[in-house]
Amino acid sequence: MKTKGKVTGIIANLVSVEVDSPVAQNEICYIYRGGVKLMAEVIKVIGKNAYVQVFESTRGLKVNDTVEFEGHMLEATLGPGLLSKNYDGLQHDLSKMDGIFLKAGDYTDALDYDVDWEFTPLVKVGDEITAGCWIGEVPENWINHKIMVPFKLTGTYTVKSIVEKGVYKIKDTIAVVTDGDGNSINLSMEQKWPVKMAITAYKDKPRPFKIMETGVRSIDTFNPIAEGSTGFIPGPFGCGKTVLQHAISKQAEADLIIVAACGERANEVVEIFAEFPHLDDPRTGRKLMERTTIIANTSNMPVAAREASVYTAMTIAEYYRGMGLKVLLLADSTSRWAQALREMSNRLEELPGPDAFPMDLPAVIANFYARAGLVYLNNGQTGSVTFIGTVSPAGGNLKEPVTESTKKAARCFYALSQQRADGKRYPAIDPMDSYSKYLEYPEIIDYLNETIDAKWVETVLKAKNFVQRGKEAYEQINILGDDGVPVEYHDRFWKAELIDFIILQQDAFDKIDASTPLLRQKFMLDLIVGICDNPFKFEHFEECSTFYKGLINSLKQMNYSVYESEEFFKFEEEVKSIINERKA
Amino acid sequence: METKAFQKIYTQLVGITKATCSLRAQGVANEELAMVHGRLAQVVKIIGDVVTLQVFGGTEGIPTNAEVIFYGEPPKLKVGDDLAGRFFNAYGEPLFGSTDVEGSPKEIGGPSVNPLRRKQPSELIATGIAGIDLNNTLVTGQKIPFFADPDQPYNQVMANVALRAKADKIILGGMGLTNDDFLYFKNVFENAGALDRIICFVNTTEQPPVERLLVPDMALTAAEYFATEKNEKVLVLLTDMTLYADALSIVSNRMDQIPSKDSMPGSLYSDLAKVYEKAVQFPDGGSITIIAVTTLSGGDITHAIPDNTGYITEGQLFLRKDSDTNKVIVDPFRSLSRLKQLVIGKKTREDHPQVMNAAVRLYADAANAKTKLENGFDLSEYDERCLKFAHDYSLRLLAIDINIDIDAMLNQTWELFAKYFTKAEVAIRQEFVKKYWPAEQ
Ligand SMILES: Nc1ncnc2c1ncn2[C@@H]1O[C@H](COP(=O)(O)OP(=O)(O)OP(=O)(O)O)[C@@H](O)[C@H]1O
Ligand SMILES: [Mg+2]
Repeated sequence: MKTKGKVTGIIANLVSVEVDSPVAQNEICYIYRGGVKLMAEVIKVIGKNAYVQVFESTRGLKVNDTVEFEGHMLEATLGPGLLSKNYDGLQHDLSKMDGIFLKAGDYTDALDYDVDWEFTPLVKVGDEITAGCWIGEVPENWINHKIMVPFKLTGTYTVKSIVEKGVYKIKDTIAVVTDGDGNSINLSMEQKWPVKMAITAYKDKPRPFKIMETGVRSIDTFNPIAEGSTGFIPGPFGCGKTVLQHAISKQAEADLIIVAACGERANEVVEIFAEFPHLDDPRTGRKLMERTTIIANTSNMPVAAREASVYTAMTIAEYYRGMGLKVLLLADSTSRWAQALREMSNRLEELPGPDAFPMDLPAVIANFYARAGLVYLNNGQTGSVTFIGTVSPAGGNLKEPVTESTKKAARCFYALSQQRADGKRYPAIDPMDSYSKYLEYPEIIDYLNETIDAKWVETVLKAKNFVQRGKEAYEQINILGDDGVPVEYHDRFWKAELIDFIILQQDAFDKIDASTPLLRQKFMLDLIVGICDNPFKFEHFEECSTFYKGLINSLKQMNYSVYESEEFFKFEEEVKSIINERKA
Repeated sequence: METKAFQKIYTQLVGITKATCSLRAQGVANEELAMVHGRLAQVVKIIGDVVTLQVFGGTEGIPTNAEVIFYGEPPKLKVGDDLAGRFFNAYGEPLFGSTDVEGSPKEIGGPSVNPLRRKQPSELIATGIAGIDLNNTLVTGQKIPFFADPDQPYNQVMANVALRAKADKIILGGMGLTNDDFLYFKNVFENAGALDRIICFVNTTEQPPVERLLVPDMALTAAEYFATEKNEKVLVLLTDMTLYADALSIVSNRMDQIPSKDSMPGSLYSDLAKVYEKAVQFPDGGSITIIAVTTLSGGDITHAIPDNTGYITEGQLFLRKDSDTNKVIVDPFRSLSRLKQLVIGKKTREDHPQVMNAAVRLYADAANAKTKLENGFDLSEYDERCLKFAHDYSLRLLAIDINIDIDAMLNQTWELFAKYFTKAEVAIRQEFVKKYWPAEQ
């Protein structure tokens, strides 16, 4: 028997419900408004009153409307066919909804139940299995989608029967397993998991030890992100958070990408819908959409589902990690999710923390980031979820609760600077304020030096130092004037500019410049640091700036040319001759 | 809105604040309309049998025994072709003694478009203003505000843009508009012979502030009708959204909500997004483009209203007075159109993106030179050239009184490049320099 209730109060999307039997915190319920079912989640209980946040507009709802509780929390539906899908925040398939406008209560299936899947068993009768074990696989786009023992099953089970290789539908029983007491359980290709709980069916979570290439120079070269790690991008509006995330989603060396558009613009999601089916994945040559799943809760979609959207996305990411895949999860913007929490906390009349955010915000953020990670599965293989979130600080001021809490939780920090954005120095990642903790991990240093170049980290640190010294010189020039400092200061300043213009700045909209493979990054960094190592001598500061401007111009043309093309080498020659002329 | 026969009349209020009143009533639906003492009101909260109503006209003079009638439905607007060429108040009632609209009633503030059913915007809106077309190109389906101090001529610029934009319908949503500005819009539209394309929903400064909350929804409901039923290109002008946000804060304040930054409600982002996200390009050719005004106080964009707006809209157009040329310009640093990428160099000439960036970069160099000058340092020869360039660039391109086509804007910029700089200083992709650098005279 399902618990039932009646609506007793309505404040925006917070509804109080008087219940007749037990309810659980975070339990899902449906409110019946006329002929429509509105989904809601319990967020507080006092006596016989359950307070639920409704995932829809509550317009037209009345006191005494009936409510039915489902006996479970908000769950993600997991199984083959999640890839290439476009979901709303509650994992309803947007493509299955009729009409141009969204309708409240139009809840569509997450998976396609009439599709045939080519199933190949990976276990045999008598095998002992636990949650997360691979019992079979089906091809999904270009990956081998592993069918796993449901994560909800605890303990050890024995395979009693398993179907033969062949074509099955998602809900068909593909295996029967028995528990210690001999009870049989039927398994299909589908399972459900409550989104707010982490999936932990793995053996071990080691420290990340390899980097994930993104093709973005100021990340890979300057502050690399490790596979299975966490990073975040705070920045005032218009500084390039979304453009940067989109660039990463197109280029990153990941098996699949889960994009959570969380309370941001619909047109930005449309951009993905429009472009990804046509763009190629640089590694596999397949279309980008084949490796991408989108969870869209745009800013005009119901606020409560915003919080759900990031959890839904994380759960799908963890599910694929369990198959031994490299998953990249992107959320834009986690501040909108925090704001959704704030709106609810406000309606619940909770005692507010800083800036009226709920008191437990830091814990909520930390728990979420902790779900990312590289893991050793029970079969010894690795899988990973790398998470990069954006943060939209109010007034662009980084001293606000969401940024501060996230800073404690994430290991890579890509601070976008208003000043750089104003100067169109994109990506506006501030080279000095940003950091990657991984550049201090011995295992990552070893990895970089082994895979790129024995001197790689040393060269990177040198480049950073040039930038730092350039910045200091610039401050002196500003205080004392162009003539008030030795010409050498100008040389220092321009060396930093050289690194800025050629390595850090990258045009996300240029076909060639947009993505730089690590090999090319190494080539350019060596070239630039090589140039910076020269102790050039100038008579006058204008001579200095003219020299570097010419140099930057030619080097920029290299960035715009196909790597190692005739054109590319032509510009390299140009660069060399400018330098030789100077040395002579 | 007419009252129906046999409606129950309540006559006992249990509470009155500056913007709301409450009473005991049963069977009331959330967000339905009511009439309180002859004033329109909307249900904003129900706790048990106590219903709280937001009274749009304010609660001044409402007695505790006021008559309250519930309408049983949320606010609606009658939509039809008959809307065109007319002026309405915030409730959608015709002004200037005109007759009722023929059409079918539609709920305002209705549902959002399924993002999957949107089309990617790709149609350029030419305004003739280089500060917009060259540096911050607009696209149909975009939403973008002017950020301007109250003394800037934003309403004039907006009216110009609207008339040049080749829209099928122009819908003006005026919130806290001074009567003078309202008449200005009316005159400009009349003189341009554009009245049959215009629809206005207006709340002037003489009317109660809470009424404003209805204006964007009214305007956008009308816009949705023409964009979806008639596949028309609709341009919606919303001025001034700062006053709209102020009205939001009045209501949330009266409802005892905990304010967040700058005394604004914690839901400001969602409230504003609900309005702005109505901008859309539909697959069948219809579109809604929103150009709004957000007035600033002393140019401060970190205040919660412009800040939240900036996070929602697809860029912003920042107006300021340029002291060098004594012109109002579209500030190239603080302005941005995020959808320009979709058209520049694609729908416009190939050199557009690079020319635009190079000019802004050189303009930034000029700004640095100016700072040097102000700090009492000598200028280099390059600095001098930058300053001259900035002056010409501001006068011939950034000023809002410019009206030329985009190719002309690009050619003029190349001319300025050649006049003041070397090719290396401009640093544009060589193929474009070869093609467009003006031949030496
Ligand atoms: N790498 C880049 N190359 C060129 N242009 C860029 C780059 N990054 C950002 N831009 C420019 O900046 C604009 C704003 O970028 P974006 O939309 O990513 O900002 P945002 O930080 O996500 O803002 P918001 O917080 O409002 O969503 C883009 O439309 C584009 O014009
Ligand atoms: Mg963004």
